[in-house]
Amino acid sequence: MIQYFSVMLIAVGIYGLLSQKNLVKLVVSLNIAELGVNLFIVSLGYVAEGKIPILSPIVNSSSMNFVDPLPQALVLTAIVIGVAVTALALSLVLKVKESYGTIELDEIRGDNS
Amino acid sequence: MKKVVAAIIAFLFFVMFVSILNSDSKSLMGIPKFGEVNLAERVSSRYISKSVSEDAGEIIYGETNNAESGSANMVTSIVVNYRSFDTLGEVTVLFIATTGVAILIGGGKRQRLAISVNPILKISARIIVALLLVFGVYVFTHGHLTPGGGFPGGTIIAASTLLMLVVEDDKRVSKLLKFLEGSMGFLYVVIGIAGLIITGSFLQNFLPTGTIGNLFSAGIAPVVYSIIGLKVGAELSGLLDDFFAEEEEK
Repeated sequence: MIQYFSVMLIAVGIYGLLSQKNLVKLVVSLNIAELGVNLFIVSLGYVAEGKIPILSPIVNSSSMNFVDPLPQALVLTAIVIGVAVTALALSLVLKVKESYGTIELDEIRGDNS
Repeated sequence: MKKVVAAIIAFLFFVMFVSILNSDSKSLMGIPKFGEVNLAERVSSRYISKSVSEDAGEIIYGETNNAESGSANMVTSIVVNYRSFDTLGEVTVLFIATTGVAILIGGGKRQRLAISVNPILKISARIIVALLLVFGVYVFTHGHLTPGGGFPGGTIIAASTLLMLVVEDDKRVSKLLKFLEGSMGFLYVVIGIAGLIITGSFLQNFLPTGTIGNLFSAGIAPVVYSIIGLKVGAELSGLLDDFFAEEEEK
């Protein structure tokens, strides 16, 4: 179920990237698609009835049934890079607004088709 | 018309992906059914039992001494121990991105906010900022024992900076943060090279790993995570400060 939901999020992100002309909306679509990908990668490591991969006084032995920690570590990396890319993209949008006075792709190009 | 084509393409992607998910997983040899993962077949089982180089037997919380990676949080042991090189690259990407933002929009004067802030709000914000800073430091120093680590801890510190920037109209982030950011990145590489000299491979653990579950355990994991926490906190604070800079007049 969560896998279908994450694939749906990726599809929504792709639709936004293809159809929108506002630069901020494009950045938001990119973020939605990225969220879907992250959810999907985490779901690939789910083990039915699995414990969180952290040893504690309650979960105290490595022979127990854990979920896969590797996708979680990879998604941690992906989230941080996503934040960095979003910040860079938004600052570029600010610069575009400064020099063209608009963030609509149509008006920047100058054609109204 | 364009939107219809976009919707059709997105829907086709959805159908294609769902049909891959529903197909027989043996023919695709990649995507397992949800929840039916056999962890023993995956490389992660070695990270969980901490037996990448040799079989360590069962790892028990509070008892096992000098395991390969002594961190109780297995995600931490992957992020800063087994795959620390990956994290070094990630920190580099974050550094380059924040530098790019600073080049593009930073440097101007502090932007004035349109609203005036109530003094009660200012004083209570200072109390919350102090608590947030302490909590951020707690999160990244206990990254090897509890959920969290350098990146969440650094983000919490940056959140406290954001609160301060919103409440105080004339404050800017200290220039020392740039120095902290650079020196912490340098220290990470120094630790890697120390591992190279002492053990023979870059970023390998060279400190004793101690008993699993203690604060002073897991070798270089808490050290590296503290470095990452300070670096990410300083970096994201500088990033937020850049977004509060005034736009240049043309």
